[in-house]
Parts: sequence; structure tokens; C-alpha cells
Amino acid sequence: MTNQNTGEAETTSPLKIAAAWIFVGIPLLWGVSQTLINAMQLFK
Amino acid sequence: MAFLSFLDRSHTVAKPGFSRWMVPPAALCVHLCIGQAYALSVFNLPMTKLIGISQSTPEDWKLTELGWIFSIAMLFLGGSAAVFGRWVEEGGPRRAMFTAGCLWAGGFFLSAIGVKLHMLWLIYLGYGVLGGCALGIGYISPVSTLIKWFPDRPGMATGMAIMGFGGGAFIASPLSVWLMSKFSTATHVGVMETFVVMGAIYFCFMMVGATIVRVPAPGWKPAGYTPPAAATKMISRNDVYVYDALKTPQFWLIWWVLCLNVTAGIGVLGQASAMSQEMFPGVITPIAAAGLVGLMSLFNMGGRFCWASLSDFIGRKNTYFCFFVLGIILYITVPYAGGSGNVALFAFCFCIIISMYGGGFSTVPAYLRDMFGTRYVGAIHGWLLTAWSAAGIFGPVIVNYLREYNITHGVPKAQAYNNTMYIMAGLLVIGFICNAFVRAVHARYHMKPDTDGSALNAAGTAKAATA
Repeated sequence: MTNQNTGEAETTSPLKIAAAWIFVGIPLLWGVSQTLINAMQLFK
Repeated sequence: MAFLSFLDRSHTVAKPGFSRWMVPPAALCVHLCIGQAYALSVFNLPMTKLIGISQSTPEDWKLTELGWIFSIAMLFLGGSAAVFGRWVEEGGPRRAMFTAGCLWAGGFFLSAIGVKLHMLWLIYLGYGVLGGCALGIGYISPVSTLIKWFPDRPGMATGMAIMGFGGGAFIASPLSVWLMSKFSTATHVGVMETFVVMGAIYFCFMMVGATIVRVPAPGWKPAGYTPPAAATKMISRNDVYVYDALKTPQFWLIWWVLCLNVTAGIGVLGQASAMSQEMFPGVITPIAAAGLVGLMSLFNMGGRFCWASLSDFIGRKNTYFCFFVLGIILYITVPYAGGSGNVALFAFCFCIIISMYGGGFSTVPAYLRDMFGTRYVGAIHGWLLTAWSAAGIFGPVIVNYLREYNITHGVPKAQAYNNTMYIMAGLLVIGFICNAFVRAVHARYHMKPDTDGSALNAAGTAKAATA
């Protein structure tokens, strides 16, 4: 898993990038949706 | 020892072809976790009933005692960011993020033991000291890394990470409540198990971030990006050593800019619920007030990304001018909204004010980078976070004490916050002046080119200073 800069190329696949964003995006979106539901109380 | 070398900066240097878009998720892995600090208050009431279960007993902890947990954590946030900033910068982000993950999870585990044994000092030590150090180290390390990966959009990059810090509470708050409901029984509150589970989840999450983070190779720049041929007036191409930066007037002007912006925002953030109910009695119910707080939290998070991204186009100094001018107008408008019973205007003012509070945090790393270069921006940012600690004291104190003073002097509750709003507007005027005085850093503070790593010490720069 080491990544010492040896001059080799390391092309990051779009799938890997998508997986990384989904990994952080899902919990964040869940939290935002929960907060939004609570915030709707202001308009009731 | 082989594992420890995996943490070295040299092992995190990206190979050609590595996508920089892997780095923001790595930063978010850390910031979403440490952002839990904003949601710590959900444990307050359950922790006052650890013995009594259904209600507090004299042996149970008091809310005032529990309030110290957050205060200690904030104190150690500022302290550790300042003290370990240079270590974070020179050791690389993986080592710092790994350390932050261990400290953060360790803080939760130690706090769980404190709950089990009913020893409050263990929670002070666990969440307060260990957790506070994790907050400081974890906050600055991904920020400086992102600045180096996104020289073309440093504001947007740091905005993404610092948005995660604001968003961390959104996840932690419902998660904590859900976990406590699962672990609680008729004879048990469930806080201890919740701490253990959250510590384990956060550890795994932060380790993912530490594993995927990379630093750009020396001389790397984004495809198609050409650095400006000549430095613009307010964007330096020179680096300033961390301890030399502290000697510049620019650092202290920006310190006050951040401190005053945060003081104004934090004062209303902490009191928004009570303030809205007292300014609109019978109109804003406690449930609606909770909704307003939720809405403000969303603006706090969104503002971190939007304002910092905007700063890439209009400049950091102009962005802070926007904060101060808009803030002054909005703070003056709040008493008018209260007096005329205009809830929508009141909510609008508070949401924009809070978006600028968040924007102040996320724009300042890029402001520092413009002034002092990228090399020690993390360490300088660490020192600057002491302004946050100071504002955490000033803001609530001004709001609470002025409200008390007004009420004891016969001012109706609905108008008790008016003077506070005008004082906040006054603070922003001072912030505006400080921002106006920020100029480019004098060349005598610049580091010599081609001087390497830790050898870039004060001695080296002293020569430059006397040259």
C-alpha cells in the first residue's frame, strides 16, 4: 500500500474516485436530510 | 516499524496520474468525524441521569460540570493546532490524520470508561484533552494538503473540507440519539456503549482518510494550470516560515479579522433558539426554534463551501469585506425585524449571518496561503485557530451578559437583544478596519528559495531578514 514516488504512473480509476465520494457523501447526505426534516418545523 | 514508515510524508507523495479528486474525500473522512464536537450537547442530558436513569439524583453530574468537557476540548483544539502545526506540516498529512484518528477514538474509549466508572475526570481527559488534540491536528492537516493540491482553487478546496466539519454534527447528532435509544434499558442510559461504537466507527472512517490521502510531488501542478507569471499584489508566490509569520502585522490583523467574525457569529449561533423565542413570543415555538437552529446549521455548512469558493474569484480580502459590510447591515436589521414581528426577515438575517460565520472559517486558510505561501500554511493556520478559541469565549459572554444586564435594567425580553446586535455590528466595523489594513507581507519575511525542509529555520530567514 506504500506509495513512494518512484516515478511510476498511478492512474486513478473513475470508479475509485466515485467510491471515495460515495463513502463520504452518503453519511453527509443522510445527516443533511435529517437536519432538513427538523428545519421544516419552522415553517409549520 | 515498517508500518510506521507507511505514515511518512515520503510514502504519501502521489505518483504521476494520481487524481487530486481523491484528496477531498480523504479530508472529509477526517472532518466529518471531528465535526462531531458540535453535536456533543446531545449527550448532556443523558449524562446527567447516569445514576438516576429517569431523573437526575444528587450523585449525578451537573450540566455545568459537563459543560467543561466541550470547553476543555476547544482549549486543546487551539493549543494543539498551534503547538503541533509545524510537526503536521513536516511529518505529512497521513501521519497527522492517523494520529488524529487514534486520539479521537481513544478519547471516546476513555470517556466510555469514565461513564462506566462514573469518573468525570476521565471524560475531561478523554474527550477534552485527547479529543481536543485530535480536533486541532485533524482540523489543520487535510486543509493544508488540499491547498497544495488545488493551487488554482484553494478557496473551494478548503471550503470542501471545512464544510465537512460543519456537516459532522448533522451525522453525529441523529446517530448518537439512535445509538442511545438502542443501548438504553430501564436500568441503563446507554451512553457508554454509544461512546464505544462511535469511537470505533470514527477510527475506521479516519483510517480510510489517512490511507487514501496523498501529497503532490514537488513541482506538480494541475493539468492546464499556469501559475501567474508575476505575483499579484495580494497573492504571494513566496513562502514565510511559521515563526516568522507570527512576527508580521498581517498575521495578527487576520487573527483579529477571524476572531471578530467568529465572535459575531458564535454569539448568535449558541443563543439562536432562546433569542428567537424571546424576540417573537408566542410566534416562534420551541419546536419552530429548533427548526430555525437546524436551518442555520445548514447555512453554516453551505456557507463554508460557497463563500470560500467565491473567494477564488473575488479575492479573500474582498470576501471578508462582504462578511463585514453585509454583517453590519444584517445585525442592524435584526432589531427592526423583531420590532415589526417579521419572522421571515429575522430568519433570513440569521441564516446569512451564520453562512458568513462558516465562510470565515473556510476562507481564512486560503487568505493565509495568499499572504504566507503554501509551505507552512498548515502550521500558520494552527496558530490562527487560537482566534477561534478566543472568540468562543467572547461571543457567548457578550450575548449572555448583555441580555442579563438589559433584563435586570427593565428592558423587555423581546428587546433585550437589540443592544447586543448593535455591539456585534460594532465589532464587525473593527473587523472591517483590520481587514482594510492587510497588505502584502514584506519581502524581508520571505524564505530563501531552495532552502530545504526543517532546515528552513529562523536562522535561514534571519539572514534574509537582515539582507
